Amino acid sequence: MILKGKVWKFGVNIDTDAIIPARYLNTSDPEELAKHIMEDADKDFPSKVKPGDIIVADANFGCGSSREHAPIAIKAAGMQGVIAKSFARIFYRNSFNIGLPIFESEDASDKISEGDEIEIDADNGIIRNLTRGEEYRAKPIPPFMQELITAGGLIEWTKKRIKAS
Amino acid sequence: MTITEKILAAHAGKKEVSVGELINAKLDIILANDITAPISITEFNKTGADHVFDKDKIALIPDHFAPQKDIKAAEQCKMLREFSREHDLSLYYEVGRMGVEHALLPEQGIVLPGDLVIGADSHTCTYGALGAFSTGVGSTDVASAMATGECWFKVPESMKFIYYGKLNKWVSGKDLILHTIGDIGVDGALYRAMEIEGETISTLPISGRLTMCNMAIEAGGKNGIIVPDDITEEYVKSRAKREYTFYTSDSDAEYVDVKEYDCSKITPTVACPHLPSNTKPAAELSSVTIDQVVVGSCTNGRIEDIREAAQVIRGNKVNPNSRLIVIPATQQIYLDAVKEGLAEIFVNAGAVFSTPTCGPCLGGHMGILAKGERAIATTNRNFVGRMGHPESEVYLSNPAVAAASAVKGRIATPEEVI
Repeated sequence: MILKGKVWKFGVNIDTDAIIPARYLNTSDPEELAKHIMEDADKDFPSKVKPGDIIVADANFGCGSSREHAPIAIKAAGMQGVIAKSFARIFYRNSFNIGLPIFESEDASDKISEGDEIEIDADNGIIRNLTRGEEYRAKPIPPFMQELITAGGLIEWTKKRIKAS
Repeated sequence: MTITEKILAAHAGKKEVSVGELINAKLDIILANDITAPISITEFNKTGADHVFDKDKIALIPDHFAPQKDIKAAEQCKMLREFSREHDLSLYYEVGRMGVEHALLPEQGIVLPGDLVIGADSHTCTYGALGAFSTGVGSTDVASAMATGECWFKVPESMKFIYYGKLNKWVSGKDLILHTIGDIGVDGALYRAMEIEGETISTLPISGRLTMCNMAIEAGGKNGIIVPDDITEEYVKSRAKREYTFYTSDSDAEYVDVKEYDCSKITPTVACPHLPSNTKPAAELSSVTIDQVVVGSCTNGRIEDIREAAQVIRGNKVNPNSRLIVIPATQQIYLDAVKEGLAEIFVNAGAVFSTPTCGPCLGGHMGILAKGERAIATTNRNFVGRMGHPESEVYLSNPAVAAASAVKGRIATPEEVI
């Protein structure tokens, strides 16, 4: 899988209230949620973001609440994935469960700037900065998470298990 | 092995597990609320399962935007009600019987020592206070678990936190955990088990222990956990309706890090905007004016918390420039507070005494902040926009400091008003 897109940069400890404020959680409709994506971190973000864009953040992205609405909103806004130095664990889990590609890379987080065009070779964990002609490594995706991705997310994986039992 | 590793091993049908190992484990209780369950229900219906794995192990609790705050919230609550009826769930709690989930389930003896619990709510880590392994997950994890009764876990590294020394007056579990998060940061325990122990903890009541484990997630922790003891036994024995197991950590159990805190040096502590790790002694913040005070939530909405706030409020009035909203976390706590005359103390002081709800903690309803307003709350998060407008501010404290601040209209210590 190759993901190619323009980067939006965010800082450290971007919490799920910033990704999708709780005041909008009286619905779980992905399209509705996408209208308010990252609104409390940057109020103009929902109008600026374009399908195919990629978020690059610092450490502990997605900290705070367990709301799956956060990765759902990112995905529904058409974004292809998130790169960060590290992810809060529930956000990490949720992203794989719903099929939002995420990558851990200190190097990429430090060296990529807002507006850079990047290309992520997901299978090999390589991030290419097309604007700067640089290349960074992402941490390998653990085998079980690979299995989830291959299955098409946790529900598809569960379906197979139910069928097999 | 640590207590965390032992509980995970027992539920995975293994003699032992090691750090980093991926296991599939059987669950004792699965929970979700009116915000997270709707996605779980939709996803469950896609699994092809025609029934839930066990109708007595799934707790659905409308508490966040309940009593239903608007039409959309009502539709979400309705999904929980209908799913619970369809699958005959015994642990569905209707408005009027519900409470804030992490206060309700321990109180009702639904979660017990030795249990393995997941919940589609990040504060599910609360039950570690009873010696259970419990952790927050997403809605899809809950959907899969409702079908299979199992969940995958990576066995976490454990970090030990030792507390010693006598607690100062007006210092409680909230101050210890805020102080700890201030020390290690909001990702200081990322992916790790936080095992809490020490002579101070051995006399800390269950209410304070629940508060401490509740905020493990605020340090990035996978779970908070306390080895059960006589205090635990006293709390659970009259509530449990099934057997439970006390696990302990072995003397040669491995910890990646050990932190020690001298509690005699910890004073009432406040987390300033916009991170729970941004802590300062309450006494240093007396110039910070306060528009709204909230006492409640899964962190500090138990009867001990309500009593502590009432003790400070008694004989005082809420400052003309402030408003105080007190929210007992469950119906039982509400009733106890009425019987003990605490509700009267609050109402006479000019405060709101509300039905149980998560409400303002996450900026849902029942006390939202306007642009530029500032609150002090006994809740757990003070992120940007957490309680309302993105340009409002939240400070976090224990109930006594919150109540004193309501009287003074600025951040204050209890000594200033008693």
